[in-house]
Amino acid sequence: MNNPNQQFVQFEQRIHNALDNDQVRKNFRHAMSGLMGKRAMAFADDNELQELRSQDRLIRANALLKLPQLLEQLEAKLTENGIHVHWAENGEQANTIALEILNSHNAKTVVKGKSMVSEEVEMNHFLEEKGITVTESDLGEFIIQLAGEAPSHIVMPAVHKNRKEIARLFHEKFPHIPYTEDVDELTLSARQIMRERFEQADAGITGVNFMVAETGTLCLVENEGNGRMCSTVPPLHIAITGIEKVVEKLSDVPPLVSILARSATGQLITTYFNMISSPRKEGEKDGPKEVHLILLDNGRSHVRMDEELLETLRCIRCGACMNHCPVYVQVGGHAYGTVYPGPIGTVLEPQLSGLDKIGTLTSACTMCGACAEVCPVRIPLPKLINRLRSEAVEGKHGVVGLRGQGSLRKSKESFIWNAWQWLYSSPSVYRLFLSLATRLRFLAPGWLGPWTRYRSAPKPAPKSLHEMVASEGYDHE
Amino acid sequence: MNSARENILKRLNHSAVPSSGEVPLFVPKYDWTQAQKIEKFSQVIQAVHAEVHRTTKADWLATLTKILEQKNVLRLLMSQTTEVGKEVVANSSDAIELLEYEQSMETWKGDFFQDVTAGLTTTKGAIAETGSLMLWPTIQEPRLISLVPPIHIAVLDAANLYDTFAQAVQEQQWADDMPTNALLISGPSKTADIEQVLAYGVHGPKELVVIIRE
Repeated sequence: MNNPNQQFVQFEQRIHNALDNDQVRKNFRHAMSGLMGKRAMAFADDNELQELRSQDRLIRANALLKLPQLLEQLEAKLTENGIHVHWAENGEQANTIALEILNSHNAKTVVKGKSMVSEEVEMNHFLEEKGITVTESDLGEFIIQLAGEAPSHIVMPAVHKNRKEIARLFHEKFPHIPYTEDVDELTLSARQIMRERFEQADAGITGVNFMVAETGTLCLVENEGNGRMCSTVPPLHIAITGIEKVVEKLSDVPPLVSILARSATGQLITTYFNMISSPRKEGEKDGPKEVHLILLDNGRSHVRMDEELLETLRCIRCGACMNHCPVYVQVGGHAYGTVYPGPIGTVLEPQLSGLDKIGTLTSACTMCGACAEVCPVRIPLPKLINRLRSEAVEGKHGVVGLRGQGSLRKSKESFIWNAWQWLYSSPSVYRLFLSLATRLRFLAPGWLGPWTRYRSAPKPAPKSLHEMVASEGYDHE
Repeated sequence: MNSARENILKRLNHSAVPSSGEVPLFVPKYDWTQAQKIEKFSQVIQAVHAEVHRTTKADWLATLTKILEQKNVLRLLMSQTTEVGKEVVANSSDAIELLEYEQSMETWKGDFFQDVTAGLTTTKGAIAETGSLMLWPTIQEPRLISLVPPIHIAVLDAANLYDTFAQAVQEQQWADDMPTNALLISGPSKTADIEQVLAYGVHGPKELVVIIRE
């Protein structure tokens, strides 16, 4: 995808595929309207919401400011608590670490809790190739794993599918289960299939929502109980997350918990908030005997190098920005072609992979500002998208951590803008242009590239406004 | 992978990050009376499908017996050494088999996953604002009692109700001594992954029953 043109073509193709699929668009529209309504109801008191957003912004900003110290403190505290800490610069290292831990326990079967970071490093794919059986245990993740698809939303991975599609999928993969479109029955089937796998799994792998440096605690947010199963039943628990997820104090956690679920799904709190601070201790009768944490960088330390772009790392992955995005709701998560879709994906992905690889994503924004209005940690998403757009074509800023600056610059486009600038900064040239444009209007092209695909081309008027004023005067009425 | 650690920390220490303001402590203050706290807690947790029974320390066993009968609980898993557990044992009948989590989970996983109808636990308290039970599983009351059986019965002393999570963390001084596992439980296990339709009991308990002892 190094060729910018190819990048555009592929992105456009994905968008067209998405727009042509009425069923998927209906599924998204239905889901996003529901989520927006539920969120609004959960924040009935706007003053409380605004204060909480400011507080959570500061909590996350403070953590990012002290990031290296907090990570070292976290590592020391976790180690003291008996949790093993590993550092990975990229996905390959993270996967290799996970595989080595699994191999040292001769672990062949893994149950997994939902983790976007594991999606980011394509851990399932890597482990399966090495002969390890991985089962996603979150119902949404399980559904898309059965379908061989990627998540289309960071909180509700199977939101693009409706119950009929899911019913057909279950019946196809588990022919012994009678076909049903009843949500309760489908859920019960998943429970039965999964119970056995939890019981027998050699290891559990999960993500982490927050890590507390002060106490050495890993926090997991979930509704189903599968995260608790994965982190309690198998003898080995491996958690993986990005280095930015650390907070300084335990008292930083309640304000984040208070805003996360309300922003994501409109729940006051998720069913389970699971805080893990050590493996099974002497005398305890359950819980994993070994707990490992893999801290993934994968570009995050580069993002942090820029004062403005570092705001990206405040994200707590609630998904509210995509739920409220007019582009996301039309095209859905898969059209982005990245792990993280929607506004946060538009900001994060080009920074992680390089503007030369996926910088075109920044065009998937109308600058309406809805995402910034709902972001629980006040990330100025449109501002950051604008900044990346400019970096992709100008590339003058010389940002240390950013790759692919200036890679989307097109000679024709920059020629047109330069000509425009020249034309508008010299009155005599401008007048000459104007008189030519009106007199030679019959030469105006009827086709202007993608612009005219859904619009008619502008045609200059027979007389310019200046000329009309000169001949007819002003109407002073 | 020591080099990974050093490389990451080097990059992080290298970057110039602007300073941010101090984090203000904003604890939403409610001036709820004890009665209002109980009311709020019950209302919020019932809204997410939990069952609430309000009773007293003197009468709670009768309430429990009724719940067990009504739900046809045949095998109840609980600690018999907590104060609550001792009371249940002293009051038990032959109709219900009382199981204790005596051995490590590995030795009886099959039976545990298939044949236990309900689990009973005490709680460290609860949060009125979000309708959440706080559990710190112990050696007597391990983590899976509140997760594996289809019914979880939680005993809550009304005196341990807090307005908010922030208040509980502060007043109970959680940061000084975090347990292996601390939990907030707010309702039975649920999912909305199929068309945002709520379905209960996807992996954990299908029913959560809270007995509030006032």
